[in-house]
Amino acid sequence: MSQSPAFVLNVLETPEDPEGSQEPSPYDESEVHDSFHQLIQEQSRWVAEEGLELQQRQPETGALGASGSDHETMLGPEGAPVYSMATLRILASMPSRTIGRSRGAIISQYYSRTVKLRRRAGRPQLRDMGRSARPSLRLYDLELDSAVLEEEEKRGLLVKELQGLTAAQRDHMLRGMPLSLAEKRGLREESRPPRGKHRAQWHRGLLSCCDQLRDSCVLASHNLGLALLSGLQALMPWHYALKRIGGRFGSSVLSYFLFLKTLLAFNTLLLPPLLAFIVGVQAAFPPAPTGPVPAFTGLELLTGGGYFTHSVMYYGYYSNATLNQPCASPLDGSQCTPEAGSLPYSMPLAYLFTLGAAFFITCITLVYSMSRSFGESYRVGSTSGVHAITVFCSWDYKVTQRWATRLQHDNIRTQLKELLAEWQSRQHRRSACGQLRRVAVLGLVWLLCLGTTLGCTLAVYTFSELMIKSPVSAEREAVLLLLPLVVCLLNLGGPYLFRILAALERHDSPVLEVYVAICRNLILKMVTLGILCYHWLGRRVGTLKDQCWENFVGQELYRLMVMDFIFTLLDTLLGELVWRLFSEKQLKRKGKPEFDIAGNVLELIYGQTLTWLGVLFSPLLPAMQIIKLLLLFYIKKASLMANCQAPRRPWKASHMSTVFISLLCFPSFLGAAVFLCYAVWQVKPSSTCGPFRTLDTMYEAGKVWVRRLEKAGPRVSWLPWIHRYLVEDTFPIYLVSALLLAVIYLNIQVVKGQRKVICLLKEQISNEGEDKIFLINKLQRVYERKERSRSSREAGQSQELSVLTSGANLGPVFSVKCGRGP
Amino acid sequence: EGGMGTVKQSDDFTLTGSLPSARAHRRFCELLPQEHRSVEESLQARVSLEQILSLPELKANPFKERICKVFSTSPSRDSLSFEDFLDLLSVFSDTATPDIKSHYAFRIFDFDDDGTLNREDLSQLVNCLTGESEDTRLSASEMKQLIDNILEESDIDRDGTINLSEFQHVISRSPDFASFTV
Repeated sequence: MSQSPAFVLNVLETPEDPEGSQEPSPYDESEVHDSFHQLIQEQSRWVAEEGLELQQRQPETGALGASGSDHETMLGPEGAPVYSMATLRILASMPSRTIGRSRGAIISQYYSRTVKLRRRAGRPQLRDMGRSARPSLRLYDLELDSAVLEEEEKRGLLVKELQGLTAAQRDHMLRGMPLSLAEKRGLREESRPPRGKHRAQWHRGLLSCCDQLRDSCVLASHNLGLALLSGLQALMPWHYALKRIGGRFGSSVLSYFLFLKTLLAFNTLLLPPLLAFIVGVQAAFPPAPTGPVPAFTGLELLTGGGYFTHSVMYYGYYSNATLNQPCASPLDGSQCTPEAGSLPYSMPLAYLFTLGAAFFITCITLVYSMSRSFGESYRVGSTSGVHAITVFCSWDYKVTQRWATRLQHDNIRTQLKELLAEWQSRQHRRSACGQLRRVAVLGLVWLLCLGTTLGCTLAVYTFSELMIKSPVSAEREAVLLLLPLVVCLLNLGGPYLFRILAALERHDSPVLEVYVAICRNLILKMVTLGILCYHWLGRRVGTLKDQCWENFVGQELYRLMVMDFIFTLLDTLLGELVWRLFSEKQLKRKGKPEFDIAGNVLELIYGQTLTWLGVLFSPLLPAMQIIKLLLLFYIKKASLMANCQAPRRPWKASHMSTVFISLLCFPSFLGAAVFLCYAVWQVKPSSTCGPFRTLDTMYEAGKVWVRRLEKAGPRVSWLPWIHRYLVEDTFPIYLVSALLLAVIYLNIQVVKGQRKVICLLKEQISNEGEDKIFLINKLQRVYERKERSRSSREAGQSQELSVLTSGANLGPVFSVKCGRGP
Repeated sequence: EGGMGTVKQSDDFTLTGSLPSARAHRRFCELLPQEHRSVEESLQARVSLEQILSLPELKANPFKERICKVFSTSPSRDSLSFEDFLDLLSVFSDTATPDIKSHYAFRIFDFDDDGTLNREDLSQLVNCLTGESEDTRLSASEMKQLIDNILEESDIDRDGTINLSEFQHVISRSPDFASFTV
């Protein structure tokens, strides 16, 4: 490992013959700088002459420059040691400092990386090299020699290595090098394989031909991909709008709009299968109308009933028979001749399977994007180092407007001050009394918030029971809007109440406040939705026994979505526009209202949950959600540009995107999936409408089909077998869960192990740093001694000269040995 | 024709992403005076620092002088050629690797060009971040505390300065470093 103690030992043991030692030592290296070499010789001479004993390395007190036994290093203004010019020159040429600057060092570093890539093996082991000096092994040059020849050597080595790579690898390597364009181009020109070399050996020629073909294919596809990507980006909707938003408001507000785009993508993924396999087919084969169709009044757009009830929009419209049957029921008992080109299409099966497949694809996509988001935003040990990260990474280079940059300056300054205050408060532990008081206040506020949630839940429950008790006739359909109205009012008022209550408590970190607010709002919304789900599946199914309860649930969800949209518009109008006008005119305040990212994102998640809940009962709901999201984008953008400013709280945009998408996955999608599973597996579908009207549960359609397949013959027996042993049996599920748990446990252990290794490596590096300081100080002392000896020698010589020239005959001139230091 | 060929060739490894070299060339030509805008001349011409600083992306950036200095290859570091401009765009594009970004970020933050970030570099960096005027700066004690904390967190070998490897280690822990794009 570290060779430095051995260095001192070496000097001591063989002081008389440093160059003649058997093992390879630093002195043998021809690459070592001259003055360094001389220095070592002089030092060994000093040591031999003065008979220094092995100095014990006293434990460092932690201050820079305070080393070993003597404290002769001068201390500068802030306690940093002041070094002589020669020491500073050597310091400046240390590899750790030149890697950022010197081209030769960059070339060397990438040379070793290329070697590793090509030979799939690391550098030769240092253990085998003995005590040779490491810098030369890694080919870092000492900038003191600024000999261009050495850099040319290294460049030549790098070019040779690059020639050994394939073209794709070479380009990838060149792309990653932090060199200027001209140098990269030069390297690429030089490392192109010379032509006509492999013509002699045919098999090598064949291989290189295949290699070249493959490389050119890869390059061509890469270029095509780049061209497509840039084309797509230009075509992609809102590309320019998003850039403007990012430029004016920063990445945190941009994350809301990016999330909106993600939701749009999810709905666009969900809609086509539904359109193609369910809605389209049923629209092509409309069932016989069951009764008079009510006229279209404007109210249908709000309530979803009336004219829309017997349309392709709701579950009740879909037939439970096989469509496009090749033969109609034979009247005369004769055999039916199948018509050409007709394909029987079982509607119940299609309904069940399409929904199942669409949900499955959505689930996979969600989990994949969540895991990718996690991978990008969380690192092991990323919670520490918050000061350094804030200073190095928090400036958003996308922001281009002058007033926006001024805002960024303010935000960063506030953030730094808050970080420092937080750090200070953590240093001074609060008294037990203060802690108790803080915990009590926190508990009280949480209790109040949960109490509010409970109150809202009770209100919704009571109101829904009220709605059941007073049945609504067809003429007074507007009364049906009351329940969604109550729910949306509570959803609007709850967050404001929570914000008022949160002003009572004081958290140490502002980010925690944001997370707590999100948590509370989410609990309110999810509990309200839960009560509504119970109301529909638990109570409405019972009360609407002879009518189409699925239609009713679909309409309820439609009404909720429309009301939610209206209330979002109202909130935008009142919360942003009116508040800005009010604060400017009445309160005479300059600042615009902040854009509430958390609240808006929760609204989006809520809307998406409603869509997923309602897809079973109203297959066209995703289309409505798409229209709603499109409108919302433009409205929110307009309101943002006109009325709002970026939030002042520190928002780590990447963390927040991860949080948003995991909230979308866990309470939202999971809840919808549970609701749907319960509806499909446990609830009896209504007997008067829909594709499952004759069955006990919706899932039975699938079971019936599998039984029919079983009876059909031995050729398709694998499908019923899979169904019986993998789907109906519970053992495979246990097995899969156990495997999943094992994988999760393994990953946790791996992360723990990585943390331990990081700690160990940090200790090792800090030990090496101490060694480095020790050596630098030794060097400094050697230089100082040299200076002193030289100055005293000069003084002595001038003294001698003056003695000689003074004419006095003093006999033999004794050359005064003034070489010793103090 | 040969000039534009060189320009297009640089697409292969400049990673300007959505801004291909031809568009970058157009933007560069806008900074030149009218009579020097031919292809051959523009590839050889150099644009002074003041003109580069007038670009909308850089105008409001507190690090604009350092950015220009780092990418300039002229001996007096006060002008940018077209290739320097391409380098600049490539490093700040979406497709540059985090390695390259952190390498250049380190050079931009190294105000005295000595290969490490010492206390003076860090305090200059913080002053750039917090604003130009006197009343927006941190107080002396806050600055000292902040720099002590930064060094405590990122100086692993305890030598009082942050070198490139330590800087890259800190940056790798923060996924927000993607904000180093224009």
